Amino acid sequence: MKKLVVLLSIIPAIGSLTVINRVEPYILGLPFIVFWAAAWLILTSVCLYISSVIYEREGENE
Amino acid sequence: MNSSILIIGATLALAFYLGIRARKGQEMKLEQWAVAERNFGAFIMFVLMAGEMFSTFVFLGASGAAYRMGGPTIYIFCALTYIIPFWILPPIWRYAKKHNLLTQSDFFAKKYQSKSLGLLVAVIGVISMIPYIVLQLKGFQIIVSEASYGMISPTIAVWIGMIAVTIFVYVSGIHGSASAAVLKDILMLVVILFLGIYLPLHYFGGIQPMFETLEATKPGFLLLQDEGLSISWYISLCLIIALGQYMWPHCFGASLSSQNESALRKNAAILPLYQIVLVFILFIGFTAVLQIPNLQGANADLALFKIAKEALPPWFVGVVGAAGLLAALVPCSMLILTAATILSKNIYKAVRPNTSNEQIAKLTRIFVPIVSFVSLFFTFFGGNTMLALLTMAYSFVLQLFPPLVFSLMKKNPVSKAGASAGMVVGVALVAYLTLTEATMATLFPSAPSFIQDLDIGIVAITINAVIMLTVSVFTNKVQVSIQEADRDLEEQKMSS
Repeated sequence: MKKLVVLLSIIPAIGSLTVINRVEPYILGLPFIVFWAAAWLILTSVCLYISSVIYEREGENE
Repeated sequence: MNSSILIIGATLALAFYLGIRARKGQEMKLEQWAVAERNFGAFIMFVLMAGEMFSTFVFLGASGAAYRMGGPTIYIFCALTYIIPFWILPPIWRYAKKHNLLTQSDFFAKKYQSKSLGLLVAVIGVISMIPYIVLQLKGFQIIVSEASYGMISPTIAVWIGMIAVTIFVYVSGIHGSASAAVLKDILMLVVILFLGIYLPLHYFGGIQPMFETLEATKPGFLLLQDEGLSISWYISLCLIIALGQYMWPHCFGASLSSQNESALRKNAAILPLYQIVLVFILFIGFTAVLQIPNLQGANADLALFKIAKEALPPWFVGVVGAAGLLAALVPCSMLILTAATILSKNIYKAVRPNTSNEQIAKLTRIFVPIVSFVSLFFTFFGGNTMLALLTMAYSFVLQLFPPLVFSLMKKNPVSKAGASAGMVVGVALVAYLTLTEATMATLFPSAPSFIQDLDIGIVAITINAVIMLTVSVFTNKVQVSIQEADRDLEEQKMSS
């Protein structure tokens, strides 16, 4: 589980530092570069939330 | 016009009332006043942490940056900023709770078993916080003057605002900040989401048409550049912001008021979602670029207000002003509270160790108006010195990151001499680089452009870390904290 938690931090860290430097295609009305950065906000949130739930479960098991 | 003044005034009065009422008959011991006896649940923690980050920068600086820089402004919502606190805040909180610590300086002093190291951290913190408060107050003046159509004197407004904040911080401590933060967040969300959607719709018929017009008018404006605002610039700046954010003493301090570790983790998980608000700020700045294209230099920071005044009735501009006013005052209240606590507990007490705890508690609250007046003084008379100091402040607090992260390890390889040496050199280097206006390009004129575009903060923190580790090799480690770590391990085994 510990490995999964670490992975759930590394993926969004790399994702949020990556830039896809192009305007086309537009997604949800956003140029791709803006959409990509905004999408990682949501994905980071999801990853960290799963991690915090895992942490809580492990806390209960002890 | 009068409607906007009325709304701004009423909002300030409401925030003041909420701030005072937050006291709710609690007995205000220092621990209650400064960290709410570590009793804040997930919701209030969220509002408090978001409250500190969404300052006047969001209203003035972020829309101004979008106006000036275009697409590269996406750095303001890099998600990495929340992954770091997810990892470092829970162990910090656990240690602080166990040893009853109230400030960042307490934490360093305890971890490195060194009062003088704590004093160093306290001094770096206070020197960084004062220009940050001044920035909020300068932003406050601009916001009030813009939103009242020049009818409220910025000087009188900043006095009234600051007196209100000083009183509610004095009376209610962190409870006051938290209550005012709830009001601020609701107002900010409404205002920014509305402006971000309405303005592109009003002028261009939607968000995508707005972007398409922008791309046609200014090709390449939405992209990172090959040199200057390049990809390496982006990555280095995101890293610096992510590492530095929670080194601000008030962000660090606020995290200690959490009820448990889980609330901190959940908080770090929800904050990125909240940052989506900043995407809407881009829409506002970009609409302004197309509609009012002639704002030069510092005036770019007025982009949000100029466009709002062009498109909307005065009463709504009043609501925007009210949100902006709270965006300045709520972070100010946290900064003043933290600065006052550090001044009494970590600086005064370090100089006069015989001061009793009751005296320190009294003294902390006396420091509240003092910090406020000093900040007001520099707001009026600070001039360019404050500007230089503010540029440095971000890099100053960043220098606390290396010794902090190593102190979280089970066997900390860093000695107190190493930690001090690294921080002192890091801070001196930041001051020198800022004053000589050095950049990576001036330091390494023949380096390839991806190195020249790196943020200068990278240099200071790297040299800091190298010196810290080198000095630590030749000096004694913090033996006590290692024994402590072993004892912690045993305790864990015993309890499980």
